[in-house]
Amino acid sequence: MSDEKNENKPFEPRIVAFFCNWCTYTAADLAGTSRMTYAPNARIVRLMCSGRLDPQHVLAAFREGADGVLIGGCHFGDCHYQKGNYRARRRYMMLKRLLQEMGIEPKRLRLEWISASEGDKVQKTMNEMVETVRKLGPLRLEPLSLNAEYYTDQEMFSSREGGPQ
Amino acid sequence: MSKPKVGFYWCASCGGCEEAVVDLAEKIIDVVGLVDIVFWPVALDFKRSDMEKMKDGEMAVGFVNGAIRTSEQFEMAELMRRKSQCLIAFGSCAHLGGVPGLANLYDREAILRRVYQEAPSVVNPENIRPAVDTHVSGVNLSLPEFWRTVKTLDQVVDVDYYLPGCPPPVKLIGDALGAILGGKLPPRGAVLAPDKALCSDCPRRDSKPEKVILKELRRPHEFLADSRECLLTQGILCMGPSTRSGCDAACIDANMPCTGCLGPTDEVRDFGAKALAAIATSIDSDDEAEINAIINQAVDPVGVLYRYSLPSSLLHRRATGNTDGGSSK
Repeated sequence: MSDEKNENKPFEPRIVAFFCNWCTYTAADLAGTSRMTYAPNARIVRLMCSGRLDPQHVLAAFREGADGVLIGGCHFGDCHYQKGNYRARRRYMMLKRLLQEMGIEPKRLRLEWISASEGDKVQKTMNEMVETVRKLGPLRLEPLSLNAEYYTDQEMFSSREGGPQ
Repeated sequence: MSKPKVGFYWCASCGGCEEAVVDLAEKIIDVVGLVDIVFWPVALDFKRSDMEKMKDGEMAVGFVNGAIRTSEQFEMAELMRRKSQCLIAFGSCAHLGGVPGLANLYDREAILRRVYQEAPSVVNPENIRPAVDTHVSGVNLSLPEFWRTVKTLDQVVDVDYYLPGCPPPVKLIGDALGAILGGKLPPRGAVLAPDKALCSDCPRRDSKPEKVILKELRRPHEFLADSRECLLTQGILCMGPSTRSGCDAACIDANMPCTGCLGPTDEVRDFGAKALAAIATSIDSDDEAEINAIINQAVDPVGVLYRYSLPSSLLHRRATGNTDGGSSK
């Protein structure tokens, strides 16, 4: 993600949101056309269905600099493809367990069912998510670069961006 | 015409890959007749200085097995890269990080503390640990730096081809040698194994239903698995659906699940995430508590999903800088 690095600014969480085309993305549209204001921290990626979300997408978002990932899909029984959101939930639940083991706070990943008429729920969920992640602070993944191997733990995490790049 | 020169080296590995080369059995005599082995410290008496004396690109092919975990292994990988026209990552550890890559679940301090202080068999009252520089009776001794993070070969040098497997199956080694000697290598960067999932070659393929349904997860030592039925349908986490084929399903033949040593197929970036998707999707429940109960039957999920591929995964290692991350370990 191409946010400018500014050490003096307070931490602003970067959220990647994966919303399904039929419910949650439409709800976000509704929030917009209804002129609801909410935290501008999320980049929304539209998927056809929450069941399309591959766990690789979530891990890639974290690797590329997201501090939190939000998944939005239809309520149970509303899925345009009937069972996609059930699949999304099973993967999400297992992914949470994996994140915990990998040293990433599970709260950085959230799943919410938001129907096309619930613009206000988009507003509320976004605001809550940003506040949750703000409290957790920036996600600190170690960089892969070779010179990182010669840094101490303290040097590694001295800056917002997670140390040497 | 002089014979092409080849060299072998090992980094963080167990020696099984060298064993796999020897497992070529009588075929190795043909190979030795066709190439000149100029470097293979584990089997023949060559030293690092022998390699340093070579011209750059003097070796036609260099085989490196093992992950990269110390500064010395990194130096040797660079040396092998420089002296070889074609560098092959040999085996799971060089390809994906391998079992040594699971050390990425811990930080350097925890590993050294465990090994030199806490392990039950250790007696070390002075808490001596290996140090990069040690001064003893007027002499400076040095050891390689122990890195924070285990890396794959291609994370430290350019790699031309990958020979997957733990260790690579003899048939794949033979095919690769044939392709190299016959000048029939695929485009650079290829994994020298079929690009399809193990399930498609599995002898129990016919017993795998179109939709696998997992009601419970079981481990192979907990019961005697039916030796004809698909292991997944019996609740054993078999990595066949997400693992590259090429091993002739050797583990399945021994009634053991695939653990994923050949890594993912070409289009998959993160082996564990893809395997997780396949498993989670097959869980047969729409009840949150029940799903959780089934998921929690999976002991050591990272060890199952990323047994050979943690350093090559999107996260590379366990994050150590977050507030309450990973409290379960």
